Formats: sequence, structure tokens, C-alpha cells
Amino acid sequence: MKAGHGEVLVAEGDVEVPEQEQELIAAFRAQLDQGMWAAVPLRDRRGRREAELVRSFEEIPRDAERVIFFPRAAGGS
Amino acid sequence: MWLAYGTVAIVACGLASRFAPANLGAWLPARREVRRRGDEVERYDPGRERRAEQRARALLRSCVNPDEWAMYSELGFIRVWGQAAKPASGAEPRHESDPPYAYLIYPHKPIVAYVPQTSRLLSEYCVEFGDLERPYGSDRLPPSDDVLAKWLALTADERQLITTANMHLAGRQIDPARVRRDLARLGIWDREQLGRAQRVGSVPEL
Repeated sequence: MKAGHGEVLVAEGDVEVPEQEQELIAAFRAQLDQGMWAAVPLRDRRGRREAELVRSFEEIPRDAERVIFFPRAAGGS
Repeated sequence: MWLAYGTVAIVACGLASRFAPANLGAWLPARREVRRRGDEVERYDPGRERRAEQRARALLRSCVNPDEWAMYSELGFIRVWGQAAKPASGAEPRHESDPPYAYLIYPHKPIVAYVPQTSRLLSEYCVEFGDLERPYGSDRLPPSDDVLAKWLALTADERQLITTANMHLAGRQIDPARVRRDLARLGIWDREQLGRAQRVGSVPEL
């Protein structure tokens, strides 16, 4: 998510392909270096949708379809 | 006659060399550079924010639960149960008929915490997901992206979001009367959803 723009595709690839995985890792780190939070949409045991915040590429489930980056939360007025 | 033409031609060449840029080869690339920089300056696009919101709604719909999407489409906000209402990992599922508290997520407004059984408003949590590239562009997410960011943060790590937010008593920014009206609308909407689900033979988790 990008302010003023909405959804922007950062990178896409297959984690099973080493070159693509490296590109995904680089894109992931670049987003976190910019101060973004990363969330993976998941389902709980009852099938309800929820999210999980991930702080490293290794925390992302291998079968995750996508990671959503959004600006870090800050206290508002 | 030819002498006159020749003289005029020589004078014209002299004037041209006098007033032409000193280095024509350098001048032309400079002009191209100015034009290129002009293209880079983003022109105001009145449809950009509308398209961004359309994309944001599609992304929100793909992430939240179907009943939450329906709630947002029809009522303009999403209810998220407090984490205490959810069973801890490995624990027996807790019955959700009496969750201790819940949140209402509005776009670009504070998150409102309340007690579902009594509709008592607890507090407002003011949180922003600001632009990291200021001062360029808009500093706000599209409304539906703001809702999704709150939903992601609340469902993933409620404690972190709540400790980050500035907490205020209910009513500081959102009129409590409006929230109570929304809760009344939500109650009606819940009953309609339940009735609809019973007619088709399945009960949704509200």
C-alpha cells in the first residue's frame, strides 16, 4: 500500500526458483528498510481470515500467496 | 546585383553566429533535459485517487472475511473482535456469543473500542499509517487501504497496534451518538445476516 496510490505491485516470483527467491528477499528487505510493516493474510483453524506480521523473510510461510506491505502505524491525533 | 546578395548573405551569417547559442551542440541536449524533467513532474490526475480507492477496495475484499466485507460495503465500517475473544493457540475454542470487547474500524477515523453486550463505548485509538515519502504525493492511504491496514494490524498484533495508538476517551473525535447509531445498525445487520444464513442452511460466524 502506498499513500496516494493504493496497491502497488512490488515484486512477484516463485520461492522455489532460487533466482526469483533472491529477488523476493531483496524486495522484502527493501520494503522493511523503508519502514514498512509486512503482513501475510492467513486463515485460522476455523477458516476465518486474519493476518500475521512478519519481520523476516524466513517467517513468511512457504505457501503464502502474498505479503502486504503497509506504512508503519504511528499514534494519530 | 550579385555583390549585393553576397553582402547580405555575409551579414546574415554574421548575425546568426552573433545571436545563436555559443554551443549549439550543448544547447540541444539541454533543451531535451528540460523537456524530460518536465515529463517527470507528475501532473495532477483527478482520477488517480478514485482508481487508487477502487484498487484498495479490491485488495480489502480479498483479505477480510466475506461477512466483514459485506459489513464494510453496507455499513461503512468493520467490526473486529478483541483478541481476548479468540482462543489462545491450543486452547479450546471459546464461545463467541459473549466477547468482552470489540473494535469498529472506520476509514481515516480512530478505532473505537466498545462492549458488544451493552454497546458501552470504551475508548478511541488514534492511529495513522502515514506516507514515508513526504513531502511528495498525498500523505494518506486511500480510505479502504486505511481500513485494511488497521484490520491487518489488529488481527495480527492487536497489542502492538493499541500500544502504538494514542488512546482517548470515547467521543473525542467521533460523535458517540453516531457510534451508537452505527451499533444499532450493526445489530440489525447481524440479525439480517443470521436470518439470511438460516434460510440457506448455514450460520455465519459474526
